[in-house]
Amino acid sequence: MRDFSYLRAASVEEAINAAALPATMLLAGGTTLLDLAKCGVADPERVVDISHLTGLDTIRVDGEGAFIGALAKMSRVAVDAAIQQQFPAVSEALWQAASAQIRNMASIGGNLLQRTRCAYFRDPATFPACNKRSPGSGCSALEGVTRNHAVLGGSDACIATYPGDLAVALTAFDAVVHLGERSVAIDDFFLLPGSTPNREHAMQPGEMITAITIPTSVAARHSTFIKVRDRQSYEFAAASAAVGIAFEADGKTISDIRVALGGVATKPWRARGVEDALRGRAFEPEAVKQASRLAIEGAIDHGANHYKIELAPRVVERAILKTGAMA
Amino acid sequence: MTNEITIHLDINGKTHSLSVEPRVTLLDALRDHLALTGTKKGCDQGQCGACTVHVNGERVLSCLTLAAQAEGQKITTIEGLSDHGAELHPVQAAFLEHDAFQCGYCTPGQIMSAVACIREGHTGSDDEIREYMSGNLCRCGAYPHIIEAVREAAKVMS
Repeated sequence: MRDFSYLRAASVEEAINAAALPATMLLAGGTTLLDLAKCGVADPERVVDISHLTGLDTIRVDGEGAFIGALAKMSRVAVDAAIQQQFPAVSEALWQAASAQIRNMASIGGNLLQRTRCAYFRDPATFPACNKRSPGSGCSALEGVTRNHAVLGGSDACIATYPGDLAVALTAFDAVVHLGERSVAIDDFFLLPGSTPNREHAMQPGEMITAITIPTSVAARHSTFIKVRDRQSYEFAAASAAVGIAFEADGKTISDIRVALGGVATKPWRARGVEDALRGRAFEPEAVKQASRLAIEGAIDHGANHYKIELAPRVVERAILKTGAMA
Repeated sequence: MTNEITIHLDINGKTHSLSVEPRVTLLDALRDHLALTGTKKGCDQGQCGACTVHVNGERVLSCLTLAAQAEGQKITTIEGLSDHGAELHPVQAAFLEHDAFQCGYCTPGQIMSAVACIREGHTGSDDEIREYMSGNLCRCGAYPHIIEAVREAAKVMS
C-alpha cells in the first residue's frame, strides 16, 4: 500500500469538497478500501475519513418506509427490530454477509460500493489486463477460470460478479440511494459493465451516499433472503435470491411478487420475468418452478460458471416457496 | 519525504502517543510501534480474524482499520482482557480448559471474538456459535474445542 495523505472530515460538506479532488477516496468502514489498497487495486493519494461524522447513522422505520443513514453499520441494521419486522430480507441479507467483525465495521453506503471479488481484478501484479481497473486493457477472466463469474449482465469487456447481498434485497424492494440532494433508484444506481466496466454506479466525482430509503410494502414485510455458497458462512454467494410476496384476500392469488438475484450477475439483478409470470397467478409449486426458470433468461456461461445457470433458478424457487409459505 | 502524523490511541485504558504514516493500520501500530504483539497478523486482508480487537467494546479487524481512524476510540487487545496480574478472563480460562487450540496463532483473535460473541448473545446453540465465530479461521482445525470453550465460557459469564 502506497502512502497517502489523511484528512478527517469535520462535515459532509468538507468531505464532498475533498472527495472532488483527483485520486481522492472516502474512507468509512475501511473494509473495502484498505483491502484493495493492500491488493494494489486502490491507490489513493488522499484519503478522507468520514467514519467520525455524526448524524449519518440513523436507522428509522415509519409508515412510509425505512431510512438508513449511510454510516449505519451493517451489524446495527441487521438487528434493528423494525427492519427485521418490516424488511426481513434486508436483515437476513446483512447477517449472512461477511463476518461479525466486518459487519461491525462496514457502513451501509460502503457496502453498496464494495468491489467485485473477481480474482483477476484483485491481482494487478499477475494480471495487468482488466478493463474494470484499466479501461481498454482487456479482460483476463474471459479466457480464465470463471467459476465465480457472472452469467447475467456480462459483456465482451467484463464478466465480474457484483458480490454484495444487501443490494440484492434493496433491488427487490425498490430502494432509493440518496446522494445528498440527488436521489437515484437502486436499479439505476448500479450500471451494467457494457464497454465501460470501470463505471460501476451512477455517482459523479464529489458525490457521496448519504442515506438509503426503502418504501414500505406488503411484499417487503413478507420477504426472505436465501444465500447458497461454497461454505456455510463467511463466503460470497454462489447464488442468492431476495423474494417478497403479497397475496389477494383469498390468500392464494399472488398480488405482488419481487425477485432479485445475487452472485450470478454483474449488478444486483431484478428478475422481472419471474415476477410477471407469477403476478395474478395462484400460488402453486409447479407454477413457481416453471416461473423460476425465467430468472436466468439470457444467461451466458463461460464454462466453469455453468453451474450458476442450474443453481440460480433453484435458489429462486426455494425462496419463493419459503416466502409463500409464511406470507 | 515523510508524511507522518501524530496520533493518540487509548489502548487497554492507557493513552499512547505515536507518530505514524497515515497508511499504518491499527494492527501494525499495535505490533510494530507499541510492542503489543498479542494481536496477530494472519492474512492482513480481513479474511482470517487473527487481528481481532475491540473498539468501544465491539469486535473489529485491526488489519482493516487505520491507526488514525482509531484515535478517540477505546481499544482493547488480548493484553487488556484481564487486569494485570489478575486471573485469566473466563474465555481465556475456557480455551485452556478445553484445549481450544493447537499452534495458538489464531487464539488471541478467537478469544477476542468469542468475548464479543458471548456479549452479543450469539451462543444459543453450537450452530449459532459456529455462525457468529465464522470470521475467525483456525488452520489447525481446532474448531470442535473452540465451540466447547465458547459454549462453556458463555455459561460462566451469564
